[in-house]
Amino acid sequence: MGEVLRHALAIAGKDLRLEFRSRTAFLSALVFTALVLAIFQFARDPTAVSAVDLAPGILWITFCFAGLLGLNRAFALERENRALDGLLLSPASRTALYLGKVLANLVFVGLVEAIALPLFAIFFNVPVLGVLGPLVAVIALATIGFVAVGTLMSSISVSTRFAELMLPVLMLPFLMPPITAAVQMTARIFAGRPFSETIGWLKLLVAYDVAFLVVCILVFEHTIEE
Amino acid sequence: MAPPARHPVLAVRDLARSFGPVRALRGVDFTLDAGEVLAIFGPNGAGKTTLLRILAGLLRPERGEVLLGGQSAVRSAASQRRRVGLISHATFLYDGLTASENLEFYGRLYGVRDPRARALAALEAVALAERAATFAGTMSRGMLQRLAIARALLHEPDIVLLDEPFTGLDQAAAAALRRQLVRLREERRTVVLVTHNLDEGLELATHTAIQVAGRFVECAPKDGNAADYRRRYAEATAAHG
Repeated sequence: MGEVLRHALAIAGKDLRLEFRSRTAFLSALVFTALVLAIFQFARDPTAVSAVDLAPGILWITFCFAGLLGLNRAFALERENRALDGLLLSPASRTALYLGKVLANLVFVGLVEAIALPLFAIFFNVPVLGVLGPLVAVIALATIGFVAVGTLMSSISVSTRFAELMLPVLMLPFLMPPITAAVQMTARIFAGRPFSETIGWLKLLVAYDVAFLVVCILVFEHTIEE
Repeated sequence: MAPPARHPVLAVRDLARSFGPVRALRGVDFTLDAGEVLAIFGPNGAGKTTLLRILAGLLRPERGEVLLGGQSAVRSAASQRRRVGLISHATFLYDGLTASENLEFYGRLYGVRDPRARALAALEAVALAERAATFAGTMSRGMLQRLAIARALLHEPDIVLLDEPFTGLDQAAAAALRRQLVRLREERRTVVLVTHNLDEGLELATHTAIQVAGRFVECAPKDGNAADYRRRYAEATAAHG
């Protein structure tokens, strides 16, 4: 297990170094986030639906599509000079490779979310500070499921002709449960509802994370080997 | 008590692999011991790269097996993969990392002691020490190939696989590669070299093979007569072409 973790950290460190040296996906995700929030802010009719009612859906649409930009990069950078072959040839296990990619994607998506959340609070005038603890917990849980599935789908879509289009097509159907749970929990948190109302969704989110992390680790080997 | 059975460093038994209707390999067999260099010659599409990718564990054969020191290399364990180094058409390097960062990264994957010091020593060995901080994406083809050699040999594998390593190299880079290969032979590493270039291959090899249409039509210790070998190669490729 120690060796798997050591290899995973080496792979994640390499991916993050490459990403933050070029900042291509990160800056794209941030610009995309600001644009989506601005469009929703100016397109909605504030007299028809209140910001707090719309906010949970908009927050998760923004996180979801901004995160996709980073996930697209996860395996695309391994196509350069067939670097993926170099990884497969090395003693690093396929599990370490998957977990390394998951770790790097978690950092990437987490950073995008950390910058998007204050922007969201400003645009929609939603008081997130008072509910920051439970909100961050929901975001963290949903992000783990999102990244676990997204990393696997990225490894599949990268070998297709239209990888950047294929990733959302492959991934979004699998994201229905965690995104639905996250939106429902976020709505209840913003509405100041008691914690007991979110327990069912919380269980779904935790079960999804555990199940899909295990399934993705088991399936990953078959998606990358010829 | 009988002495333990001695296994060849690399043994290949009846390897076969198809891609759809194309039969890339049809029953390839050979064995190699320490210090032996097998040069495989063959025209385009003969299945040479497929063979090397199976030997490296990057591709699964449909039939047959690869044994490293008597142990199966199909779905090979980490310990088996540590024994192999591959120099391919592609460099497996990251353009956005410097030469030393690329080698340090691979050093960490292979668990080498002090990856930074080993990376610098490996760069020194391929005359790239002064390029340690140069991004791989800005290097010339020759420099990249030398860096790829440093990457493949960083963990001191006892089996080295080379796929057309001289392609695209200038004279200086080709000479540096030749010196590396001679050093590998002197260090008694087992080498499989796939090449179109009969002169380069015959100079370095202890064994030669001619691969045509997925089969070895000849595989034997090198004999001394290059002109005769050239004639046999021409006949073999013409007969199957």
